[in-house]
Amino acid sequence: MLDDLRDLYQEVIFDHNRNPRNFRAMDDADRQIDGFNPLCGDRLTLFIKFLDGKISDASFQGQGCAISTASASLMTDIVKGLTEDEAQRLFTLFHKMATGEHVEMDELGKLAVLAGVCEYPARVKCATLPWHTLDALLQGSEEPVTTE
Amino acid sequence: MNQKVEKVAGYDVERIRQDFPVLDQQVHGKQLVYLDNAATSQKPTAVIDSLVEYYQNDNANIHRGVHTLSERATLSYENARKTVQRFLNAESEKEIVFARGATEAINLVANAFAQKISTGDEVLITAMEHHSNIVPWQMLCEKTGAELKVAPINEQGELILEEFEKLISKNTKFAAISHMSNALGTINPIKQMIELLHQHNIPVLVDGAQAIPHISVDVQALDCEFYVFSGHKLYAPTGIGALYGKMEQLEQMAPYQGGGDMISAVTFDKTVYNKVPYKFEAGTPNIAGTIGLGAAIDYVNNIGIDAIAAHEDSLLSYATEQAKRINKLRVIGTAKNKGAILSFVLEGIHPHDIGTMMDHQGIAVRAGHHCAMPVMDFFGVPATARASFAMYNTHQEVDALMAGIENLIEMFG
Repeated sequence: MLDDLRDLYQEVIFDHNRNPRNFRAMDDADRQIDGFNPLCGDRLTLFIKFLDGKISDASFQGQGCAISTASASLMTDIVKGLTEDEAQRLFTLFHKMATGEHVEMDELGKLAVLAGVCEYPARVKCATLPWHTLDALLQGSEEPVTTE
Repeated sequence: MNQKVEKVAGYDVERIRQDFPVLDQQVHGKQLVYLDNAATSQKPTAVIDSLVEYYQNDNANIHRGVHTLSERATLSYENARKTVQRFLNAESEKEIVFARGATEAINLVANAFAQKISTGDEVLITAMEHHSNIVPWQMLCEKTGAELKVAPINEQGELILEEFEKLISKNTKFAAISHMSNALGTINPIKQMIELLHQHNIPVLVDGAQAIPHISVDVQALDCEFYVFSGHKLYAPTGIGALYGKMEQLEQMAPYQGGGDMISAVTFDKTVYNKVPYKFEAGTPNIAGTIGLGAAIDYVNNIGIDAIAAHEDSLLSYATEQAKRINKLRVIGTAKNKGAILSFVLEGIHPHDIGTMMDHQGIAVRAGHHCAMPVMDFFGVPATARASFAMYNTHQEVDALMAGIENLIEMFG
C-alpha cells in the first residue's frame, strides 16, 4: 500500500540509511562544520580533508531521517577526488534537482536517486542539509549552518 | 478490533463527525485520519458559520461606532468575553483579555512583570514547558538579570514535585507552569503546585494551551493569578486566545501595546489608559475570531467537556494498549495522569520518515520536536512522532494508526 512512496524511498536510500558510508569522525580533518535543521532537529557534522587542491576525504556524523542520512552518505562518497569548484558545481546541480528545476540527470550520477524529493516540499531540506553544510564549509565558514 | 473497547455510553462520535466538514475527505487516495489535534483542532460548522454570519451581517469596528452594525459587533464581541468567563469560571468578564493566543498572552504577562523583577530574583518553570512558556521568561531574565529555574521531570515525563518544591525560595518572584504537556501528554497537579507557590506569595501563570480542550477549568478553584489558552486547539479559529488574570493583578500591570481602544484620553503630553481589560487590547482586535471562539465554547459545552474527556481517555487507553503489540515502538511520556497524546519513536526509523509515510496512508500525525526541544533532549531523542486525539476521533482511527505504523515498519525492513 506504500508502493507510490517508492519514488521517494528507493531501495538505495534505505541501504544508505541502514549502512551510511563515511559515517565517522575525522581527527585530522582540514575543516569541519555543523549543519542543523531547526525545524526537525536533524544535525550533522561534516569533515573534509584536502590534498593537492582536491577533496581527499569526506565524512560525517550526526542524526537525521533516512533522506538526510542517505543524502550525506552519498555526498561524502561522491565528492572525494573533486576540486572545490567541481564540488560547488555539484551542489548547485543537486540543489536544482531537489527543488524541481530541470537538470541533466547524467551529471548527477548516483545522486539521482534523491530526485523524488522535489515532490515532497516538506522533505527538500532533509536532502539539501548536507549539501548546504558542504557549501558553507567550502566558502570558508565556521559558523553552524541552519536551513531556516 | 481484537480487544475489548471501553466506549463511552451515549457518546455519538459519528454524529459529532458530521459537524466537522474537513474530516470528510481523502488524502493520497485514503480516508483522512486526522491525529494532529495537539497542533490544531478542526472546526465545526457552527464555528465556520459564526464567521460567515458576522462578515455577512454585522461586520463593523467595535467600541467606537454609534451605528447599528458597530453595536451588534460590539455586543457579539463582548458576549464572547462572557462565554469565556463562564467557561473558565472567572469571577468577572473583565478578567478576560483577548489575545492572539497563549503565546501572546504569556508575553503580555512577562512584559508586565519585567517591571517588577530585578537582579537576584528567580522565575520558576518546569522541564516540560512548550517553547512559548520558556522563551518569554528567558527574555524577561535577560532584561532584568533574574534567573530562570527549571523543575525537573522523571523518566515517565512527570514533574518531580519534591524537586519543584525545593526550587521555591524567597527569591522566586513568579512561576509559569504548564497544565498539560504538548509533547508528553502529562497533566500536572497544578492545584497542588499553586498551593505550594501561594505559601510563598508567588504569582502563578498556568499555560492551558493543551489542557483547555480536555479538562474542565475553574480558575477560582485553582486560585491561579493567570490562565492562558489558544482558541484554535479548542475548535475555534487561529489567531484568537485569551488571558485570564485576577483583577488585582491586571489592574497593577502596565499595558502591553499602545494604540487605539486601550486609552481613555490622549494628548501629546499624556495618555490616560483605558480600564481593564481594554487597556490590554490595543488596536482593532480579531473580532470575527473572538466570535468564533464564543461559538466553539458553546459547541463544546453542548457536548460537555467531561463527556469529551471521557471519550478521549478511552481512545488513549485503547491506543496505548494497541501500541504495546508493536515491538519497535517506544512511547515517550507514560505519566499516570495523562491527556490524549501518544508521543512515540520507532527503533531505527526517524520521526520525519514516519510523518511522510503516515501521510501517504491518509494519516496526519506530527513529527518533530513539538516546540519542546528540552523535553527531546531529556529523553535522548531528536524528535518524536505524535498522535493526538480530539472529540471526533474514533477507535477505528486508532486501528488505522496502528496498521499504518506496521506498514511503514515493514517498508523500512
